[in-house]
Amino acid sequence: MTQQTTQTDTSKMTRRNFLQLGAGALGLLALLEMGGASLAFLAPRKIEGEFGGVVKAGDVDSFPAGSVTEFPDGRFFLIRADDGGFLTVYRRCTHLGCSVSWEADKNQFVCPCHASQFDFYGSVENPPAPRALDTFAIEIEDGQVVVDTAKPQTRDEFEANQLVYT
Amino acid sequence: MAEQATSLKNRSLRPQPSPSDRRSRMKAVANNLILHLHPTQIPRPALKLTYTWGLGGISTLWAFILILSGILLMFRYDASVERAYTSIQFLETQIPFGSLLRSLHHWSGNLLLITTFLHLMRVFYNGGFKKGRATNWLIGITLLLLVVTFNFTGYLLPWDQLAFWAVTVGTSLLNYIPIVGGVISGFLLGGTEVGQNALRNFYAIHVSLLPATLILLMAYHFWRIRKDGGISQPERAKGEKVEKLTTIPYLVQIEVTAAMLLITTLFLWAAQVPAPLEALANPAHPPNPAKAAWYFMGLQELLLHMHPLAAMLLPGIVLFAIAALPYWDTRSSDIGIYFRSKKGLTIAITGVVFSLILVPLLVLVDEWWIDLPLMLPFLSTLISNGLIPLLLSLGGLAIIYYFLRGIFSATHSEALVGLFTFVTFSLFILTLIGVFFRGPNMALVMPF
Repeated sequence: MTQQTTQTDTSKMTRRNFLQLGAGALGLLALLEMGGASLAFLAPRKIEGEFGGVVKAGDVDSFPAGSVTEFPDGRFFLIRADDGGFLTVYRRCTHLGCSVSWEADKNQFVCPCHASQFDFYGSVENPPAPRALDTFAIEIEDGQVVVDTAKPQTRDEFEANQLVYT
Repeated sequence: MAEQATSLKNRSLRPQPSPSDRRSRMKAVANNLILHLHPTQIPRPALKLTYTWGLGGISTLWAFILILSGILLMFRYDASVERAYTSIQFLETQIPFGSLLRSLHHWSGNLLLITTFLHLMRVFYNGGFKKGRATNWLIGITLLLLVVTFNFTGYLLPWDQLAFWAVTVGTSLLNYIPIVGGVISGFLLGGTEVGQNALRNFYAIHVSLLPATLILLMAYHFWRIRKDGGISQPERAKGEKVEKLTTIPYLVQIEVTAAMLLITTLFLWAAQVPAPLEALANPAHPPNPAKAAWYFMGLQELLLHMHPLAAMLLPGIVLFAIAALPYWDTRSSDIGIYFRSKKGLTIAITGVVFSLILVPLLVLVDEWWIDLPLMLPFLSTLISNGLIPLLLSLGGLAIIYYFLRGIFSATHSEALVGLFTFVTFSLFILTLIGVFFRGPNMALVMPF
């Protein structure tokens, strides 16, 4: 008996059905609102002065050709190739985010977490790292090397056009 | 004085005389909020220690100790990058019983992980997920994942080297999940790297979100056991009568004794072995080797051999299969029988032997002879180091399953016992390799 009533009820919009549907829709809307508000509340925010700004690395001439200089606060290494071109690599290993260190005697960047190795230009020499170390944009202004650490640029491997010249 | 005593005499809070007959014992259980988690009487075989090993109860005990010690620790901890480490140092050196409390929290957290996992193995082996117990099996797995998340978020809080790098690696893993991975890790960390936002988020998750969820789910888990007709028992022939014992004193006595023994052992251990604290976190220099927490070493070992996406998919698929077991193994006649049958035990041992041989062999072969990305340079590493090892692993599991079915002419249920055993022991061996046989630069070394 009850089943029959429900069946006929759903086929046409009675006042009760309309109110039930409306209450359901409003409830869903309220849930969505709360969810959206919570997401907005919890969304990651940038803290002023944190990593991600523009770093003045120093005088062009203070970096000899064929050198690698670490900038711990900027989270990058400044590489000067033998031909004088500049390149910065982000120290974050492209595998799982550990900080690589420069080992001058081996001419390699090495990640201690999972043994990835990168060459002088940051290209992968030994996996598991899937791609070369990320780079940051460099500009040379008034003989100064200026590095913008806002957005790491991904690349598969080193190419000559990534070098920046004075 | 005497007047007060007489007036209290009629209050219901006054200790009741211990119930002495069967009926009042059952009533005492039914009318008590905490004891009411138990049925009023239990079949005698269900009380046998070797049937349940008491693992669910033991896990509950650890959870209880964790909540109590955690509440105290919260009063002395600062969730800020500048002060977290010093607050732990202060706790360890200056605050009375601070070191002991932290040690208790640390060790019971690790023990909880172990006993929850063993509990899962127990329920698997004697078929406790069968006959309408699918919901509780799923809740149990969710609880295990919660415990892992608890351990992982708690790991960051001391802000030492181990904490910082374990969480850096763990959250970087998320980035490999297509589309949503970056968003999730961004939300967790509150940015792109482990810093103040991440510490605050992890703290809030560890001390509020997770405990609230855990307590609710535990209550649901216990309630569900009662609703499913008590813990699983073998099917009885028609007319076979099983003796039933009252919960007071038979079960409660065992529980109280076990709890006292375990608490004593935990306190003695915690007093002798303090919780580790490494050097202050240094974002520029990971320790070498940078190892994850021991319970993630199996996964980290996989990461050394596969593309991160594959190293996550493989355990993900296995976990999904384990969660789906009640729908995959629907034979109900072998519920409550360890390893399903005598043959099942032989098959389980075969699974152990297989993993003891295969896993170290594969690790060595991959370490010294096979380098898929180098052998297949024309393929992207996602395929050569990801898809191919993943498919080989899954194919290997399928071969083991069919091998067990063929050689032992095993039933589906029994072959799954072998497969499950192989997988859990492989995880165990991978963990051992990661913890003891990985040295600087994660190279294979002898531990002695």
